[in-house]
Amino acid sequence: MLEPQLQRPQTARDIARVFNRMALQGFGGVLAVAQRELVERERWLTQSQFLELLSLGQVLPGPNIVNMALIIGDRFFGWRGAAAAAVGLLAAPLLIVLLLATLYREYVDLPAVAGALRGMGAVAAGLVIGTAFKLLGGLRSNPLGRLPSAAVALLTLLAIGFWRWPMVTVVLGLGGASVALAWWRLGR
Amino acid sequence: MNALLYGTHGLDGGVLLALFMHFGMLSLLAIGGAITTAPDMQRFVVGERGWLTDAQFTSSVALAQAAPGPNLLFVAVVGWNIAGLAGVVATLTGSLLPSTTLALAASRYGDRKRESRAMQAFGAGMAPLTLGLLLATGWVLTAPVRDSPGALLLVPFTVLMLLKTRLSPIWLVAVGAVVGALGGAG
Repeated sequence: MLEPQLQRPQTARDIARVFNRMALQGFGGVLAVAQRELVERERWLTQSQFLELLSLGQVLPGPNIVNMALIIGDRFFGWRGAAAAAVGLLAAPLLIVLLLATLYREYVDLPAVAGALRGMGAVAAGLVIGTAFKLLGGLRSNPLGRLPSAAVALLTLLAIGFWRWPMVTVVLGLGGASVALAWWRLGR
Repeated sequence: MNALLYGTHGLDGGVLLALFMHFGMLSLLAIGGAITTAPDMQRFVVGERGWLTDAQFTSSVALAQAAPGPNLLFVAVVGWNIAGLAGVVATLTGSLLPSTTLALAASRYGDRKRESRAMQAFGAGMAPLTLGLLLATGWVLTAPVRDSPGALLLVPFTVLMLLKTRLSPIWLVAVGAVVGALGGAG
């Protein structure tokens, strides 16, 4: 597969800067922006590396995007990079959200404010779904094969989104089965 | 000013320690993100301790979702509303320290073994699950607006714009905010 030329950050400060820029654009979640900034703009990761790190971030307990930021920072610059990523991602948004929390009570009853929040919520949902579509291409080269990959993705969507199964059950059950199948296919 | 800095319960060491411990325990259970532990946080701070009302808890989560930055920051708003800045430190460090330590240890271990069959199988096997989870998260996020045709139209519009243009997501969020403020998502 043809990979685009990958770049790498020069210093831990670059990491803090990029994660800060990402966080400040991330209304309703940082994931869609993270894919755009890390893969398409900075080219620190390929599409499939992004997906792999996201998987790791999802499976490990804790906030996915923070886990992913720490791991990326750590891979480039060790614990200094991890700290830079965490500070970049969290510091400015923390100040903003606390300021909003203090202002919130004053304006919550305005219909325009409530409406804007709903509109932003709908777009946030679309951003997450759109990002998933962008990453689907990464499954083509998956050793699982296309059909089993599609089946696992669909079953996960149904189990979590519609049947509301607990996350632990899905990750251990379906995830375990999927990893076992991949293990078997890789050994042939 | 005191209520701002210390919240409604004052700088009570017992409250802070309890917050730190409970959020720290949930941190290690938060597979799929901090938001998956929100129901248990609510049970603890609203039901068991009575530090916040239901409405205060729900608005804390909604506010952090709408603000820029990781959704995890709703734990900071919860801490802020309970015990001011000290509460923020308690809930945020509680939510972050255990999971970040584990994430870094796991990542370094995985990196050393990255050519092994087990690690390759892990990456390949989990990738479709991760995509399924993203789709499910997107679906769950549409829950508050499913009664509004205008807001529901914004979802496929956003997906299309994200896939077919190079517009930054922040502009799409701005479109959503304007449409919503004008009453289009009501």
